[in-house]
Amino acid sequence: MSDDLAITVAKMAVMLGIMFNVAPIMNWVERRAAALIQDRPGPNRVGPLGLFQPLADAVKFLFKEDLTPNNVDKPLYLMAPVLALLPAFSTYTVIPFGPDLTIDGRTVRLVVADVDAGVLLFLALSSLGVYSMVIAGYASNNKFSLIAGIRASAQMVSYELALTVAVVATLMPVGSFHLGDVVAYQREHLWMALTQPIGFLVFIVCAFAETNRLPFDLAEAESELIAGFHTEYSAMRFAAFFMAEYTSMAALSALGVTLYLGGWSLPGVDLQGWPGAALGVAVLVGKIALCMMVFVWVRWSVPRFRYDQLMRLGWKVLLPLALLNAVAVAAMVLAGWL
Amino acid sequence: MTPVPISWYLLLAAVLFAIGTAGALTRRNGIAIFLSIELMLNAANLALVSYSRLWDDHTGQLVVFFVMAVAAAEAAVGLALFIAIYRQRRTIDLNRINLMRW
Amino acid sequence: METAVFALFAFLALGSALVVVVHRNPIYSLMSLVLTLFSVAVLFVLLGAPFIAALQVLIYAGAILVLFLFVVMLLNLQREESPGGQAAQRWAAVLGAGLFGGMLATLFWRTYREVDTAPLSERLVSLHALARALFEEMLLPFEIVGLLLLVAVVAATVLARRVEP
Repeated sequence: MSDDLAITVAKMAVMLGIMFNVAPIMNWVERRAAALIQDRPGPNRVGPLGLFQPLADAVKFLFKEDLTPNNVDKPLYLMAPVLALLPAFSTYTVIPFGPDLTIDGRTVRLVVADVDAGVLLFLALSSLGVYSMVIAGYASNNKFSLIAGIRASAQMVSYELALTVAVVATLMPVGSFHLGDVVAYQREHLWMALTQPIGFLVFIVCAFAETNRLPFDLAEAESELIAGFHTEYSAMRFAAFFMAEYTSMAALSALGVTLYLGGWSLPGVDLQGWPGAALGVAVLVGKIALCMMVFVWVRWSVPRFRYDQLMRLGWKVLLPLALLNAVAVAAMVLAGWL
Repeated sequence: MTPVPISWYLLLAAVLFAIGTAGALTRRNGIAIFLSIELMLNAANLALVSYSRLWDDHTGQLVVFFVMAVAAAEAAVGLALFIAIYRQRRTIDLNRINLMRW
Repeated sequence: METAVFALFAFLALGSALVVVVHRNPIYSLMSLVLTLFSVAVLFVLLGAPFIAALQVLIYAGAILVLFLFVVMLLNLQREESPGGQAAQRWAAVLGAGLFGGMLATLFWRTYREVDTAPLSERLVSLHALARALFEEMLLPFEIVGLLLLVAVVAATVLARRVEP
């Protein structure tokens, strides 16, 4: 029993190690990449290439005065940042990050929560993320935040539908909700991104909407809503929202990588044993990093959608596309092509 | 490891159902009544899953699945009704929605 | 271990259910209902229904209650309602609900107190067996529920549409 516990703790350490480092690293990457795209230097004063900027920022967040405005709905106001972090830091548990290991004659699957309904668990936990935004918007007692909260709730529910339908289509040829099986399937067949390009496209677009990134960051549109749902938050509470955003980006990237881009596997490379496990983690991190770069790239290249355009895109384009994709995949699975 | 007796789950379901009933009968805010009804549905779901465990049969779980689908439909239509009523009457306090009562 | 988890989440569910019913601000009612649903989902896992538990969080907490939250915010329903007037009516309602719950509880207790639960079988937890049961025994109800959802979508759209003057 204690062995099991140790193994679980070790697995959690690996994934948490990845997840906790996402926000500080992305803080630097985002600003440097933005500067690169906009042809300016960006933060380059703290450390070589400004690499220690995240540390400086962390210190700043820690020592800033923690303001709680008057007239906020206090319990909810304090709860919202916690609600933001919880789903972001729990969804990673179902992502497999390496081949099966044999330790002392026992097979250990490299995934923290080895459950049958893995994908569902991920979607269920990440669907709770919307509460933090809505609650923060409501509790702030500020009309801009409230509008942001309303926007967030409608947007997240709308895009979750298309996202879920796209995900379901990837599970059909595999015949399992277990993400480990999805990776195993892609090791033997083509990557899902190649066999289901439309589903992949829908997934990417919905991922942007679900994580509230440009071009869909309607819940924190600076030019319209100041900073949206986190306008009234400062210091560490603001940092919590910031961390939650990047962590859920990474978590959703990890899901996308696992479903569509082969997860921890590399085509043509047989990963086995300890070196394979180490390489598997590295490959997974590398793929997630690539996805994060796409997030950053799109953010600084594409302007924000209008709200009605966002809704039209979600309901009239992405959902029908996702459904069509699902029907087509189902037909192909029945015909035995996939 | 002895499993928790099924009767405990069923007792919990009964109490949750009673709480939901009390809420649905005493509240006057339409949304609050709706929430109480969801609570009652969930108590029933808990009982159904308990039975499924008790008889080692999937039927209970499947009925819960259908209950959830029906609850989703009910929520969509009910909330649309509330929005429509609110547009007309500026309230969803059930004591004030009495146009049909003379 | 299992008993401890059961006790924790049973009390969480009961406490938050009370808040749902008692709190005057619909937002608080709603958030504590989320907590109730989550606790009940954990109990589902204990009962060997992980799929139903995931659905509970995904559909109930993740979609239906967000819809409620959306409407509460859209209509800005911060304060409760008229006092309702008749205190007698309220007491009658509480008494009636209490009696009904007591009856149910007694019934359950008398019927199932003696019944021993078998150890959790592999088949009950397995998603495969559940899917087989759903799509073989319950195919017709499944299709009907799909139709029902379609009708609900149409109805909700028609009802909530702003009528042009």
